[in-house]
Amino acid sequence: MSAPAAGGDAVIVRDVAKSFGETHALRGVSLAVAPGELFGFIGPDGAGKTTLFRILTTLMLPDAGSARVLGFDVERDLWAIRARVGYMPGRFSLYPDLTVEENLRFFAAVFGTTIAEGRAVIEPIWRQIAPFASRRADALSGGMKQKLALCCALVHRPDILFLDEPTTGVDAVSRREFWEILAELRAGGLTTLVSTPYMDEASQCDRVALIHEGRILAIAPPDALGAGFGQALVAVRGADRFALLKLLREHSDTLAVYPFGAELHLTSRRPAAERDAAARDVAAWLAARGHPDAVVAPIEPGIEDTFMARMSGAAGEAAA
Amino acid sequence: MSEPAIVAEGLTRRFGDFVAVDALTFEVARGEVFGFLGANGAGKTTAIRMLTGLLAPSAGHATVAGHDVGRDPEGVRRRIGYMSQRFSLYEDLTVRENVELYGGIYGLSDAEIRDRGGALLESLGLTPWARTLVGAIPLGRKQKLAFSVALIHRPAIVFLDEPTGGVDPITRRQFWEMIYETAARGTTVFVTTHYMDEAEYCDRISIMVDGRMAALGTPAELKRAHGVASVDDVFVRLARAG
Amino acid sequence: MRGGALRAFVVKELQHIVRDRQTLTVLLLMPLVQVLLFGNALRNDVRDIRIAVVDPSPSAVTQRLRDAFVATRRFHIVADARAMDQVEPLFRRGEADVALVIDPAFTEQLGRGEPARVLLVTDASDPNTGSTMEAYALAVLGDYERTLRGGSAPGIAVQTRMRFNPTLESVNLFIPGLIALVLTLVSALMTAISLSREKERGTLEILLVSPLRPWQIIVGKVVPYIALGLANAATTLAVAWVVFHVPFRGSAALLLAESLLYTLASLALGVLIAANASSQRAAMLGALVVTMLPNTLLSGMIFPIASMPAPLRLVTNVVPARWFIVIARGIMLKGVGLEHLWVETLVLVGMTALLLVAAVRRFHARIA
Repeated sequence: MSAPAAGGDAVIVRDVAKSFGETHALRGVSLAVAPGELFGFIGPDGAGKTTLFRILTTLMLPDAGSARVLGFDVERDLWAIRARVGYMPGRFSLYPDLTVEENLRFFAAVFGTTIAEGRAVIEPIWRQIAPFASRRADALSGGMKQKLALCCALVHRPDILFLDEPTTGVDAVSRREFWEILAELRAGGLTTLVSTPYMDEASQCDRVALIHEGRILAIAPPDALGAGFGQALVAVRGADRFALLKLLREHSDTLAVYPFGAELHLTSRRPAAERDAAARDVAAWLAARGHPDAVVAPIEPGIEDTFMARMSGAAGEAAA
Repeated sequence: MSEPAIVAEGLTRRFGDFVAVDALTFEVARGEVFGFLGANGAGKTTAIRMLTGLLAPSAGHATVAGHDVGRDPEGVRRRIGYMSQRFSLYEDLTVRENVELYGGIYGLSDAEIRDRGGALLESLGLTPWARTLVGAIPLGRKQKLAFSVALIHRPAIVFLDEPTGGVDPITRRQFWEMIYETAARGTTVFVTTHYMDEAEYCDRISIMVDGRMAALGTPAELKRAHGVASVDDVFVRLARAG
Repeated sequence: MRGGALRAFVVKELQHIVRDRQTLTVLLLMPLVQVLLFGNALRNDVRDIRIAVVDPSPSAVTQRLRDAFVATRRFHIVADARAMDQVEPLFRRGEADVALVIDPAFTEQLGRGEPARVLLVTDASDPNTGSTMEAYALAVLGDYERTLRGGSAPGIAVQTRMRFNPTLESVNLFIPGLIALVLTLVSALMTAISLSREKERGTLEILLVSPLRPWQIIVGKVVPYIALGLANAATTLAVAWVVFHVPFRGSAALLLAESLLYTLASLALGVLIAANASSQRAAMLGALVVTMLPNTLLSGMIFPIASMPAPLRLVTNVVPARWFIVIARGIMLKGVGLEHLWVETLVLVGMTALLLVAAVRRFHARIA
């Protein structure tokens, strides 16, 4: 068993595929994560995020391809990897009948350490849950449960952290707090791989991989994801959103139109360079159809625009 | 003007000393899409249980589709539909069997089940999947099916508890179009979500903090009142203050 | 295994057990309830006992003895014979339950002031009724003896003999079986449930992604259940002794060691079941089927193995409880040591080793 090469990537995945019967969970995934990076996997349920995490944490073997974590092969160097990773599975995986402190003490002992030894690493999170130390884990709120689970995954001071959908089902405030904690860990240099179905969380990562139906759609820093978006994109704001939505689908330039918060986003057939003209056209077209006060503006694509364009093939190919 | 779909006055629920829901007072109009937001543990689930007649209020009262939730919970349940992310359909039954089951539960005749069920599967493009186990169809389709099934008895109000969790962004939007169409036909939609962009799709939203309704209004009103750009910011401000 | 991790595991498991009050109550009360239930259910009262009287040389004295039985109304005489071989066919046809064989010199022995001899033969095909009938017959003989005491006679000497099941005594016999049942239930069933619960909750995933080896996880999980199982076995013994006066003749240390061995086999079985079960519910049903049925029906606990059809008799050989029951009966009732039980012990050691290896192999280091 060799020590990881200095300066190498923390995670290397090459053409990894995995099927369960007829279901193709992963269809050839390749990527690399640098040491100290906060790397996000963004995609809906069933995209393959959990399967990839289970392969990287040595819980599953890939059908094809290879993967290395901290320089160790996930197939051969099982125990070397297990001694060095922190893992938080997708669903709440602690003991509901044990108290907060009992859970933490147990997982520390399982990894051959103590709460005291891991104190420095978990301190910022532990401060928040310490008031509930003697409460049973099943009596915690969703956000607190996630923080406890994170503590349990960190208490043995791992070299790399895998968090599988830590914020799913957690309210917006707790989600923010959770990401603030991850930012602190990142500042401490911990390599972290995190998956989430919430697209808006991408901006918190150094880089993200968009993943859908077992394939990686794109890998880039969050603000560069829109770069490959070839089409003009305009935002429309108006009184009766649902009526506007149906109307805009009839416009000849429209490739797709979807509600986005308070607005509608319209992907035009015209290239990105012509987006100002495209917006003016749409505004005039709407005015002529009884919506003179609709506000139309060209916009930069966000992560969700990119994701939708890539997953719905046509626009994705045009953008590629 | 017809009477509101939901009227709650001082609706309260205590568990021992703990006040889970503290004097909720609000109305939801017919055909309105009403977003019910709040942090985990803010009392949303308890409030929904009372509004759906599953839990009796400790104080105050509420009328849902004209029936009092405390005195006539059966009347309430006959007039509402319910769908949650965690559980809605039986995974080990086929698509058609689920439709028949829920039609039967809500007292539809065999002919009604056949007609409405057929139309429902057709409109969702699920006719070829009729004999497939629900556990084997993709999540997005499953959620749309669950929503349609919750509407099969043509309820006055449908309660959706995090209906789009984990669903891909396109399907999520298709789901919201179904919600709009349902509301346009006059059915009131009462929806909870953790996606703050979805809160913007609602006609009005309420935000619960520590058992109380800390905010109620259209998304635009709330953003203006707090001087912020998104409902997400409104939510975080209120929840952190509480 | 590092001491810290094992200790933490045991502590955690004990916390699960103690906090699940309902299950704990059931587990602790189960032996008590079972002993009382089985003890009483197997001791049904017997009325209308058919007795054959063998009196080679009838006299007024033996006639009074005969009448003593008639007078109880519990016995009714089906035959008066001169020799035992006349009674034998009655037993075989199941027309008599008890035979009272009076010594040819009974009258003379009484007259000489010697103990007068009587032999009591009881059909013990059903051990429980057999011992009950014998007890009633002894009571009648005792009463008769007291009527003789008027003349300060030395009384009568009774010899008893059981037919078909010469050594059986029902309550005494089922207690070792019950210990086996309780040990299996607690160790196999509870291990299967608690392990499959970790699977269902997802905590097993975290345990697997730790430096712990699979066998270490298994050891950590089962230790508390060994203790619980042995505690339950002790309760069973205590209740049996206090309520039913079941004897304990042999070495307690040997019984403890054998119980430990048998518990290990059951635990391994529980781990195997959990490894193959997809849910807690499946594990529970699986454990019940695999442990309860063979333990009650195929172990010799209730139904004597000797009276089973040959194919079934063969099947009983793979039931660990069958061997444990022979061992426990030997220690408790006969007071014998390892020198008489080494074959059964070796079989049990072999089975335990096999099950342990299978359990550790089946319990993978990966999910898939």
